[in-house]
Amino acid sequence: MSNNFTGVFRGTKNTGVGLATTLRAFLGRNITEQYPEYKHPVMPRFRGRHKLHRHANGLEKCVGCSLCAAACPADCIRVVAAENTDDNRVSAGERFAQVYEINMSRCIFCGYCEMACPFDAITLGNDWELADLNRDQMIYTKNMLLADPPTKDNYGMNRRAVTRPEPDLDSSLPVWLEETVSRERAERSSTDLAPTKRQGRGK
Amino acid sequence: MPIWEILALFVKGFVIANLIMVVFALMTWVERRLLSFFQYRLGPNRVGPFGLLQPIADLLKLINKENFKPNAVSAVLHLAAPIATLFFALAVFAVIPFGNEDWNLFGWVTPSSMAADLDVGVLFAIAMSGLGGYGVIVGGWASNSKYALLGALRACAQLISYEITLTLAMMPVLLMTGTLSMSKIAEGHLDWSIGGWHPWFIVWAPLGFVLFLIAALAEANRAPFDHSEAEQELVGGFHTEYGGLRYAAFANAEYLHLLAICAIGVTFFLGGTSIPGLPDANAWLDLLSFTVKMAFFVFVFIWIRATVPRLRYDRLMRMGWKALLPLATAQFLITALIASQGWGRA
Repeated sequence: MSNNFTGVFRGTKNTGVGLATTLRAFLGRNITEQYPEYKHPVMPRFRGRHKLHRHANGLEKCVGCSLCAAACPADCIRVVAAENTDDNRVSAGERFAQVYEINMSRCIFCGYCEMACPFDAITLGNDWELADLNRDQMIYTKNMLLADPPTKDNYGMNRRAVTRPEPDLDSSLPVWLEETVSRERAERSSTDLAPTKRQGRGK
Repeated sequence: MPIWEILALFVKGFVIANLIMVVFALMTWVERRLLSFFQYRLGPNRVGPFGLLQPIADLLKLINKENFKPNAVSAVLHLAAPIATLFFALAVFAVIPFGNEDWNLFGWVTPSSMAADLDVGVLFAIAMSGLGGYGVIVGGWASNSKYALLGALRACAQLISYEITLTLAMMPVLLMTGTLSMSKIAEGHLDWSIGGWHPWFIVWAPLGFVLFLIAALAEANRAPFDHSEAEQELVGGFHTEYGGLRYAAFANAEYLHLLAICAIGVTFFLGGTSIPGLPDANAWLDLLSFTVKMAFFVFVFIWIRATVPRLRYDRLMRMGWKALLPLATAQFLITALIASQGWGRA
């Protein structure tokens, strides 16, 4: 009997402590983040959606070497290279990526492609709202990766309108490339070596 | 009794039942929001302002679900159980005095906010509240499922052991008021005074109030006494085999049960509609006072749910029989002494 009633007192005390704890939580500030309205900032080195980069003159940095595809453990990058021509100069190197696709549903965001790239053409950005309604839309094409990350609606869904115009290929080349380019052009015995406006990269 | 009196009773019952249903809908929202606040969360706040339309969204979801009935169940009982539970839970509100104003309708005096002022209202309320347990038991048995049966068995055992404590915890108030009419009990504290004050019965029988609170948790199948559902052990307990609106009926009944117990507790221990220091408030203030007191009860119940984990089943029984029952008896004897000697009778 006495054993029973010490139990009553102990239980009452312990329950009281518990009630006080939960009441403190009740009066305290909640920690919920209202997601579509508030997006938790990611760390600077967070690895999110890839970006392809261009030189300051608009030429693509990617030369279609496929080293990223080789390094990719998830095998989600597909690169088909093509030769640059004078009429169609896309990248600063000899070749350019005619097709550059990343299958985002397979990508594990390890960043090996970034490390493998000799020209810093591909980096992993900070965008992480990659959900979509369709598997086909998870394959990001070159134009999508070159463009700024698309804006999202309230539910984080992509509004796919990658309408960034193709770069003006006649624009100037970076200083460090001019020699290469002019040599290439000479080798192709181009008759018209238009003087290019110098627009250095600054560094 | 003339026909229009019966009609008036019907109207009153209809209004009360529907208002209670609205309160139930809000209760689901209130419970989820409050539980969230106890856990540093926000809870449902997307549907409508502050998430107030969440119950409607939930209802739409449940309506859209298949009215599922497993093959092996006892069809009639499987359907009857949720309906009966709901009916009994709602029936309790017939005798709850939400106000104490009387209306004089063409010479017929009727309490304004009480469907039926029975002379044995307390008995009726306890009986209906207890019968609600049968819906749980029948539903669990009719489901023809081990989990549901275990849930029903637990509900059964719990009902027996905690109903006694519940009733015994209410006895002190009955001893002091000497009536079984809910409306008279609500005003009963005016007959007793300490130094000119008319304190509520919670002051006269504090232990009885605490025991009532605990037993009410068990009676309403609330955590930490929700063994008949016990998701972690019994899937859904007695309502494992229920879905859609049949499940909704059980959930509905459970909340109504809770509200009914709260209302009984307010009437018994918190002086019903009375406001301290304001003896002649109008009907609306009375209703507000009653609502606030009920809200307090509901808050405490949710608070306890957010705090106390479910007891082990044998400990639950031990607590009921070996701790609560003797304590309730002690309170009963003390109050019996006070009431028989007439100490403090105004």
